Amino acid sequence: MPAIEIQGLEKTYQVGFWRKRPKRALHPLQLTVEEGEIFGFLGPNGAGKTTTLKMLMGLVYPTGGSARILGMDLNDPRVKAQIGFLPEQPYFYDYLTAHELLTYYGHLSGVSSKDLPKRAEAMLERVGLRDVRGLQLRKFSKGMLQRVGIAQAILHEPKVVFFDEPMSGLDPMGRREVRDLMEQLKAEGKTVFFSTHILSDAEALCDRVAVIYLGELRAVGAVADLTSGVRGRVELVWQGTKVPASLKALGGECHVTGDTVRAVFPEESQDMALEALRREGLRLISLVPVRTTLEEYFVEKLRKPEKTAGAIA
Amino acid sequence: MNARIGHIAFNTFREAVRDRVLYNLIAFALLLSGSAILVGQISMDVERLVVVNMGLTAVSLFGIVIAIFIGIQLVSKEIERRTLYTVLSRPVRRWEFIVGKFFGLAGTLVVNTFFMAIGVFAALLYVAHKFQKPDGWILVALYFIILQFLIICAIALFFSSFSSPLLSAVFAFSLFVIGSFAEDLRNFAAMTKGITRLLATGLAYVLPNFSSLNVISSVAHQQSVSAQLILNNTAYALLYAATALCGAVLIFERRNLK
Repeated sequence: MPAIEIQGLEKTYQVGFWRKRPKRALHPLQLTVEEGEIFGFLGPNGAGKTTTLKMLMGLVYPTGGSARILGMDLNDPRVKAQIGFLPEQPYFYDYLTAHELLTYYGHLSGVSSKDLPKRAEAMLERVGLRDVRGLQLRKFSKGMLQRVGIAQAILHEPKVVFFDEPMSGLDPMGRREVRDLMEQLKAEGKTVFFSTHILSDAEALCDRVAVIYLGELRAVGAVADLTSGVRGRVELVWQGTKVPASLKALGGECHVTGDTVRAVFPEESQDMALEALRREGLRLISLVPVRTTLEEYFVEKLRKPEKTAGAIA
Repeated sequence: MNARIGHIAFNTFREAVRDRVLYNLIAFALLLSGSAILVGQISMDVERLVVVNMGLTAVSLFGIVIAIFIGIQLVSKEIERRTLYTVLSRPVRRWEFIVGKFFGLAGTLVVNTFFMAIGVFAALLYVAHKFQKPDGWILVALYFIILQFLIICAIALFFSSFSSPLLSAVFAFSLFVIGSFAEDLRNFAAMTKGITRLLATGLAYVLPNFSSLNVISSVAHQQSVSAQLILNNTAYALLYAATALCGAVLIFERRNLK
């Protein structure tokens, strides 16, 4: 059974004060996320990621289509006990302490009063906030708030977790911690669906990603599949401090860093470049085909509008 | 009350306390003690009347201001700060959120009124040196003031469910002012004819009737309040508040939280 099944979900807002006109925030979206996956929902700002997440959370009503989470319709009251949600740039009741906030949310999620204190403590420990459990949230930094946000999203042990831009505004250490936590959640068998525009995070974490732009789905697939296209170039790295003239003549882009040289040649020049290295007596470190990065794929997808979006899952 | 409503109500109360809403009690205490001392020095035989009148009016006005200014922000602040997202993505129904917020604010006002009532009785004791049997009616006047708060909380929440805080404040305060002159509106309707009479009568029934909930003057004159009026006012206030709350729920249920 898929964890998330989105069937033609769409949203059109009426904008304008006097003369209302429709503005489509999300074109009919078809998407399936399997249980236990880390699924990245990629797109630039304003692409429709947050609208999609809000519809899945029941905060915004779709104008068409439907969605199922763990086989249950979105309107099924049992769904919400099985999901956790971290909104973008979360802001919590800042007059509460981290422990009070988790206790409050635990009660609302139906965690029993007996288990709740222990569960809240364990969660604060897990996100590294145990020492500041009694501090009011108004004194928390952005990174600390993000951790509280993650703690509240997973406090009730949901099976599917939705994160909206979880790495946004975090420093490299914070991003690393969030990534580790997502991997832990996957290891525990949970499904993680997160939106982001930070492609390196998606590349490092996701089993599969979907690319959305201007409310339209542009692509879905495993990161490795999307980036498997060989771009007809090879990268050679050898030990040395200068580029011999014979290699320069092959027309490669060469960069010297310390005692290594990195050069990218057209694929057809590969044999000649290796021969030249051998002749010069230089030590080859690596030879790899240059593959498309997720960023290149992303930029390429956003450049080419596709009218037939949405039929991939 | 279901447990989720109770938790939302408690959190709303806790927010009011921690955001120092109850600090208004200090201003109230200063006002009342200052007035009591002044009245004690300048009034002849009417100290009791002046203190009760002024004390209960202050209780009412302080409470109304709190009810409107917190009530109008109850929903809009949660949307603006996105705290609502993490609440409604849990097994919490939208109507439970609205009802929980209502009870939280109502609870805050009841606690506030309780402390103010102590202040009123203390001031009365200071100027009159002893309590008399008719002073018990002050409790009925305070009860009616709380009923007014319930109505105004529900109205503020109703406007807050679809309008901006500023407009909600204007609407809610206007309704309070007009509702305070509801009896005059009814008298006016009785004097007119045709479409004006129809409109005025309709308005008189739709708008909240705060004037029948105001017995401050008669209580200050140590007059009694009939059991029938207590019963009628209770039923009226609960029904009006429930209707306004239902309106708030109906609107909020359909709202997209962009």
